[in-house]
Order: sequence, then C-alpha cells, then structure tokens
Amino acid sequence: MSNNQIDPTKWVDQYSDYLFNFTIARVNDREVAQDLISETFLAGLKSMKNFKGEATERTWLISILKRKIIDHYRKSNSKKGKAEVHINYKDDESEGDWLEERVADPFDKTAEDSIQNEELGEAIYNCLDKLPQKQAKIFRMKTIDNFDTEAICNEFDITPSNFWVIIHRARTAMAGCMEKTWI
Amino acid sequence: MGLFKIDCSNGKMLCDKNQYKETTFLEKVKLNLYLIVCSECRSYTSNNNKLTKALKSKKVHNVSASEKEFLKQKLQEQLNAQK
Repeated sequence: MSNNQIDPTKWVDQYSDYLFNFTIARVNDREVAQDLISETFLAGLKSMKNFKGEATERTWLISILKRKIIDHYRKSNSKKGKAEVHINYKDDESEGDWLEERVADPFDKTAEDSIQNEELGEAIYNCLDKLPQKQAKIFRMKTIDNFDTEAICNEFDITPSNFWVIIHRARTAMAGCMEKTWI
Repeated sequence: MGLFKIDCSNGKMLCDKNQYKETTFLEKVKLNLYLIVCSECRSYTSNNNKLTKALKSKKVHNVSASEKEFLKQKLQEQLNAQK
C-alpha cells in the first residue's frame, strides 16, 4: 500500500497558496479563483474515499481543480455570444467581421513574458513546497507576510543568528530551484 | 583593516540581511567592500536580488489570513456535515 495519507484539516494551510496561484494564472480573477478553490476543497472532501493514495494529496487536489477550471470556462462559454456587437458593413467581403476582431493587440508585451509572469507565483510556491517545513514557514513569514525578525524569533524560540542561518538556507534552496526554470 | 575583514559565509549572511534592509551602515560598508574581492558572493548577491524581486512581483498572489480562515470554516462545516 502507499503511504500517501489524506488530511483535510491541513489542506488550507498547505495548499491554498499554491492552488490559488495555479488558478489565478488560468482564470485571471481573484474572486473566481477563490470560489474555484473552495469548490475544489469541498469536492475533495466529498470524494475523499476515492483517494487511492497513488498520487500525493497535492497532485490529487490539482486534478480536481483542473476539472473545476474547465467547468468554469464551459459555463462562461455558454453565455458567450449574447452581448456581442455586430457591425453590418453591407459588403460581402467583410461579412462576419466582428468588432472584437478589430481591437488592436497590445504591442508592448510579448506572449512569452506574460506567460512567465502569470506562472511566476505558481513556480515560487512550488519551490517553497520543496523546502523543509520549518524553513519554508519561517521564510514565508519573513519574506511574504513581512513579519519582524524579532517576532519570528520569539515565536519559534530561536536566536537571531539562528534565524539568519535558516533564511540563508531557504534563500539558497529557493534560488537554486527557481534558477532551473525562472530566473 | 581588521574591522572590515569578513569571510564568505559571513558575506552571504550580510547579503541576506540586506535583502530585508536590516543591515547597519557599517555592515553595508563591509558587505560592499567584500563584494569587490569575492566573485562567488557577487553572483550570490545578484541571484538573491532577483529572488527578492520575483517574490515582490505583483504576479505572486497569496491568500490572506482572513480568506484562509474562511476556507477553513467552510471545510470544517462540510466535515461536520459528513460525519
């Protein structure tokens, strides 16, 4: 048997950031992303007994989330076409020329850098997941949530020099991990 | 010059501190002097700057504590309902 266990009480803390970045790169809307994630968690709960433990919890949740994202687009697609503007040029050649098609493409950015940017958050949380848990937690608090050094030292009961060693290890690991694909 | 003498691991630590703007003036001077002589530290610094920049990028989203609390509540309700 596999040793992949499922524990829904830890889902929010462990995966919500990664899932959120994953979703937002694909739907581009905070609120929709929120909804999709909570739906994913709830769907996960309902089908917990189907979790065979062949994949990790995270992979399993992502596969549910992907379904949810597809569903979201299906839904919004079925509403499409109801509010489009059609200009009649009375000329056979431009028949079917829709107003949307006449909007200029943004010329100042290339597809590549927007893809890179959209998926940056996903890459960062992916790398963060690979760090040891304590390191990741401290690095997160310091770098993303902007806690004071002193507050973190108190909470984890470590000395400042201890703290900086942990930060150093985390940064080195993060940079190494990001370097492969991103920086 | 004894005052300014630091080694590589020390230099890297100062560089980390510098990312969070928590270095004193003396430490900044030490770091910058050290960067002149240590190429390894220079490349570490440049990577470190990129990492900080990437982390601060607007494209990195994080779920706020209150949003997480809300998600947890929802999950808990569902869990209780299933039992």
